[in-house]
Amino acid sequence: MQEHISLLLVVIPLITALIVAVLPRGILPWASTLVATFICVVLASMQLWEVINGGVISYELGGWKPPWGIEYRIDTLNAFVALIVSGIAAITLPYALLSAEKEIPPHQIPLFYSAFLLCFTGLLGITQTGDIFNVFVFLEISSLSSYVLISLGSKRQALTSSYQYLIMGTLGATFFLIGVGFIYSQTGTLNMADLARILPEVTELKTIHTGFAFILIGLALKLALFPLHLWLPNAYTYAPSVITVFLSATATKVAVYVVIRILFYVMPSGFMATIPIGDFFVLLGIAGIIIMSVYAIYQSNVKRLLAYSSVAQIGYMVLGIGLASTAGVTATIIHLFNHALMKGALFMAVGAIIYRIGSCRMDNIHGLGRQMPWTFGAIVIGGLSLIGVPGTAGFISKWYLVLAAIEQSAWISVAAILTGSLLAVIYVGRLIEALYFKPATESQQNLKEAPILLLAPTWVLVFANIYFGLDTELTVGVSEQAAQALKAIVK
Amino acid sequence: MTHNLILRVISKFLIPLIILFALYVQFHGDFGPGGGFQAGVIFSSSIILYALVFGLDAAEKIIPTAILRILASLGALIYASVGIASIFSGGNYLNYSVLADTPVAGQHLGILLVELGVGITVSAVMLIIFFSFVGRSRP
Repeated sequence: MQEHISLLLVVIPLITALIVAVLPRGILPWASTLVATFICVVLASMQLWEVINGGVISYELGGWKPPWGIEYRIDTLNAFVALIVSGIAAITLPYALLSAEKEIPPHQIPLFYSAFLLCFTGLLGITQTGDIFNVFVFLEISSLSSYVLISLGSKRQALTSSYQYLIMGTLGATFFLIGVGFIYSQTGTLNMADLARILPEVTELKTIHTGFAFILIGLALKLALFPLHLWLPNAYTYAPSVITVFLSATATKVAVYVVIRILFYVMPSGFMATIPIGDFFVLLGIAGIIIMSVYAIYQSNVKRLLAYSSVAQIGYMVLGIGLASTAGVTATIIHLFNHALMKGALFMAVGAIIYRIGSCRMDNIHGLGRQMPWTFGAIVIGGLSLIGVPGTAGFISKWYLVLAAIEQSAWISVAAILTGSLLAVIYVGRLIEALYFKPATESQQNLKEAPILLLAPTWVLVFANIYFGLDTELTVGVSEQAAQALKAIVK
Repeated sequence: MTHNLILRVISKFLIPLIILFALYVQFHGDFGPGGGFQAGVIFSSSIILYALVFGLDAAEKIIPTAILRILASLGALIYASVGIASIFSGGNYLNYSVLADTPVAGQHLGILLVELGVGITVSAVMLIIFFSFVGRSRP
């Protein structure tokens, strides 16, 4: 079975999704989903271990030789992203039981878990595959199921925000597909390793340039790069709490992974030097960090505040990519992991507040920090990590990003990263002020702490935030190895 | 309903033929044009024709929505289990060659089963979409 790990990671959630869809309502759909996600975490860790020690894994689907058949090709980078996705799914699932029960009508629960698993399949599939058309297929699987998941939110606005995401997401996927078509027309191959081999001969062609432009804009829509982020705040605000946790920690991360894969693996080395794409990413990254952090300060809904902060955090990742150096990409990969930890913890804590009072408007949460000390503690530590205080995971990623920027004397980027942190102090501060320093209303004086099933997963992520802020062997070590394996990085 | 006599007679005559053609497209797909997707759509169109002429309630009596949901999952499950079966026969996922004694027979068996799964899922999903749209006007 050892050699089938890379495939089983995709097939196990897929088969479980099909079975869960027909299970009767009750605890069974949740339990099956839980088992499937835990198996996936174990498999993803084994896969990462194997890749770190034994090099690239290649799996031929159907026994057809690449580049004709579909190949799953795993190196350190995608093994790491697959571990992030399955790890977050496994931590989210125990949390999902109570939270989904509260927010989703009982007759839709089996289909909810089925859609969740399909989304999970799609995200894992994107990380596993070595075939660029296959990336598109899995992108659609994960997107279509996430539209469904978002539309299940309890407010009516969930439907419009899901529709908004559907339009933007479909545009993004179509652009990606057009780009793939252009590149296929000139190279005759869809296998990414094979593309990397053939592309240097045809880099001059305008068709290839156009193809990459389409692909990158399509992906920018998917990863909510400023200014193409407009679908994200609504989608995150109105989705069920569990789904906000899962999507914010995984979906955009996987899109960032695809950008790294295309820019530094598929594109020939030196290609980035001929077009100003790096500067473009740096510019949008800086604009995203500053403008979106300012937007976050003015939000009156906690989920929306965190959603804008997510767009700003994507700015950091894109900035690292734009620097186009080994250090920059390392910082991006570290931040992929760390941001999943901090936003996961924060959205889970906010979900616990919604579980108790059914709302997360700033006006309604006054003084709740005193009644719900553990939830409040999670928000404080998650917030500190978001700011980048030493001793938390957020500090590590910002530290490496600043180092990468200093290495290239990109002082404007350094200033932007530090300004972003200062702005984060303000919006996290607003949250803490509302939760702790404002008096609670009469009716909310006797509110109880959130149930243990919601608190335990939240605190697992909170401790992970502290642990990976102190022990960076896994994150930094793996990220450096992953970045060094990308051969097209020139600087 | 009496004034729909021609419609009812003609569609009663056509429906078996449509189903027969769907089965032909399904199982002849490895020699001629066709396959599970097309067959599934053709098959579901026979039920849709029945629903249009004889009414939604009569059509739902033939295939209740609960069964359609099971069928939709079952088809995809058949597809996925063919892949698992080839892993247990010692090949890679979806490598049909190892499913039977000779690779040619294995490929034949594999594609037939996979397309059967596609056919079941596509026809079930088409009908679910149809029923959920036309059923919306009902109280």
